[in-house]
Amino acid sequence: MIVLDTVPSAALALVVGVLFAGGVYLLLERSLTRVLLGFVLISNGGNLAILMAGGRAGAAPLVREGESQVPMSDPLVQAMILTAIVITLALTAFVLAMAYRSWQLNGHDEVQDDVEDRRIARLAARNAPSYSDADTAETGETLDEEAAEVHDDIEESLVVQETAAPREGRAEGTEGAEGTEARR
Amino acid sequence: MIEWSAGTLVPLPVLVPLFAAGLTLALHRHARVQRVISVLALLLMMGSAAALVVLADQGAVVTVIGDWAVPVGINLVADRLSAIMLLVSTVVLLCVLWYSMAQGMVDSAAEDRANARAEVWAQGRQDRAREAAEAGTELGADVDPEADENEQREVLPIAIYHPTFLVLAAGVAAAFLAGDLFNLYVGFEILLAASYVLLTLGGTADRIRAGSVYVVVALLSSVVFLAGVGMAYAATGTVNLAQLAERLPDVDPSVRLGIQLLLLLGFGIKAAIFPLSAWLPDSYPTAPAPVTAVFAGLLTKVGVYAIIRTQTLLFPPNEAVDRVLLVLALATMLVGILGAVAQDDVKRLLSFTLVSHIGYMIFGVALAGEAATAAAIFYVVHHITVQTALFLVVGLVERRGGSTSLDRLGGLAKLAPGLAILFFVPAMNLAGIPPLSGFLGKVGLLQAGVRDGSPLAWVLVVGSVVTSLLTLYALVKAWNKAFWQAAPDDVVSGRVGEARLPLGLVGPTAVLVGFSLALTVVAGPLYAYAERAAHTLTDGHSYVEAVFPDGGDRGIGESDATTSEGSH
Repeated sequence: MIVLDTVPSAALALVVGVLFAGGVYLLLERSLTRVLLGFVLISNGGNLAILMAGGRAGAAPLVREGESQVPMSDPLVQAMILTAIVITLALTAFVLAMAYRSWQLNGHDEVQDDVEDRRIARLAARNAPSYSDADTAETGETLDEEAAEVHDDIEESLVVQETAAPREGRAEGTEGAEGTEARR
Repeated sequence: MIEWSAGTLVPLPVLVPLFAAGLTLALHRHARVQRVISVLALLLMMGSAAALVVLADQGAVVTVIGDWAVPVGINLVADRLSAIMLLVSTVVLLCVLWYSMAQGMVDSAAEDRANARAEVWAQGRQDRAREAAEAGTELGADVDPEADENEQREVLPIAIYHPTFLVLAAGVAAAFLAGDLFNLYVGFEILLAASYVLLTLGGTADRIRAGSVYVVVALLSSVVFLAGVGMAYAATGTVNLAQLAERLPDVDPSVRLGIQLLLLLGFGIKAAIFPLSAWLPDSYPTAPAPVTAVFAGLLTKVGVYAIIRTQTLLFPPNEAVDRVLLVLALATMLVGILGAVAQDDVKRLLSFTLVSHIGYMIFGVALAGEAATAAAIFYVVHHITVQTALFLVVGLVERRGGSTSLDRLGGLAKLAPGLAILFFVPAMNLAGIPPLSGFLGKVGLLQAGVRDGSPLAWVLVVGSVVTSLLTLYALVKAWNKAFWQAAPDDVVSGRVGEARLPLGLVGPTAVLVGFSLALTVVAGPLYAYAERAAHTLTDGHSYVEAVFPDGGDRGIGESDATTSEGSH
């Protein structure tokens, strides 16, 4: 097992730390443009970290005639960083386009809340059911009365509108009554 | 002269769709040619994946790209796990492509229906605004301009759809076949970049809102993953998975733990494990139905695959990490399914069940035995199929009933009995009703949990049964509301929704539902295959031996020698 003897340069390590810290700070912002800048900072920090993983700078990694006195740098980390930079570039372009589209639509590029999620959270705060459910309405004193009530409702609705499918209606009624029971 | 061998097949699932993506982009004016190319590409991909499933059963198939020797060059590895994941993904991709092609053709001739849907949507918005007024809160900031919505909503722009879809397919295949950490990262980036485009198709206000959250979270997870790759390289001097597997055990345990947690964090965001899962139910439901279906089926599972691969191959068993994963699995299951119970929109409900059932797979990974890993693999295969099928069915429900809100649906069991069957079968499968494949996967996990016997494993066993029951509750609720409750007037009178569902859309959905049933029928051989896959994953040497067949010359990668000299 070969242990790499790679003492990183303190300056680089410091730069990586600053880039990550600044990036995290910007990522916590609401505006998409700032979030993007934060992402760019963090990914550059990540790239630098990988560069540090390859050891200190050396000669260009080209194999020449004769023995060179200066050791080569590690070309693999540079290849990896190059790939990561290209990916970051493409994604930056995409997020910029998205921020612009958001600005076109809303007049700002702020990351918005999930409307449906907030709606459900409000319902939960009021302790209201998340969906309208006729079967859960309190209609009688005891469970038996409620079950009878539900059953009557179905029977009535069958009489009133003949178009409704009778079998389905009844099935739903029974199911509903059980649901009420289960919820208690 | 190319020498043909089993190894020639391995790059095909990546190369073919990428090449086809380029072709379809160049031929974007010819919709018909695009369709033919896409279907042919995916068929070819499916053929090679099926061949790989058979070949990998004899031993992992390794291809070295460009013939550079392994520690230096890039290798693709198709072992049993990769091959089976690849095959199932390709089947799902093909069905979804068929579905979206049919949808594209139908939608181009359906102006009036779009208007009707816009009306319903506007009405829903009014409801919500009213509710907001009742609650005394301001909704103004969230209300998006309508004009844009009406014209662009629901339309799949064919010209970019096909290339992007194929790139997504290539990215998924690249992630499954990657033989080193960095290529795994590149595979992830390919499929994520394609998914950003697919999620924000059309650039409507809704999708931009959902997309910005999704993209930012995914970008962050990628950076975390990349940092993990960097740390692994710094600690071991390699990113090759087989070589990492040999060197990581010798690395200082605390450094190794750091690398492991960093990778788990990155994959955990992608796989939507509990504290990192909030982005998923927010972003998936706004995309077009086929896009949501393919995302739900594949993207999170690629994350799960990466977790299985790195946990079994790279890191020696670590009880603390496993215990953390067990707790997270439990939280994922319970929080996810409780979220699903609260939902009123079917798409969101299914997104929450998706999060919840990721917990089962993590449960299997965290138990870390051969049996548990086998059950997790079987569960992944089952879940990819069934979740995609359910989202496709919900796409049909939306077309038929004009909405995905359970309050505005009803009576579909009578109006569309075929659709009811298509929904019922995968729904029961997801909930784990015997004898379907969901039940078999869950039983496998429960058995592994019981055999483990630790108190935490028992808690997980109970938790997963409770989750299963709650899944049943949530899905039966959806079934009752959408299929059994009295139909709303809108649906009966035909003002919303279509009277007849196009055959092109029902076809792929039925095929996928049939495929999920077929998984039940062939469950015996499939489970045996998963067990063999788990065996080679957990024995700790098969993968390394497949990559380094000679055994020797594996410690001295070129880069090590130079860096160790270079640092002085």
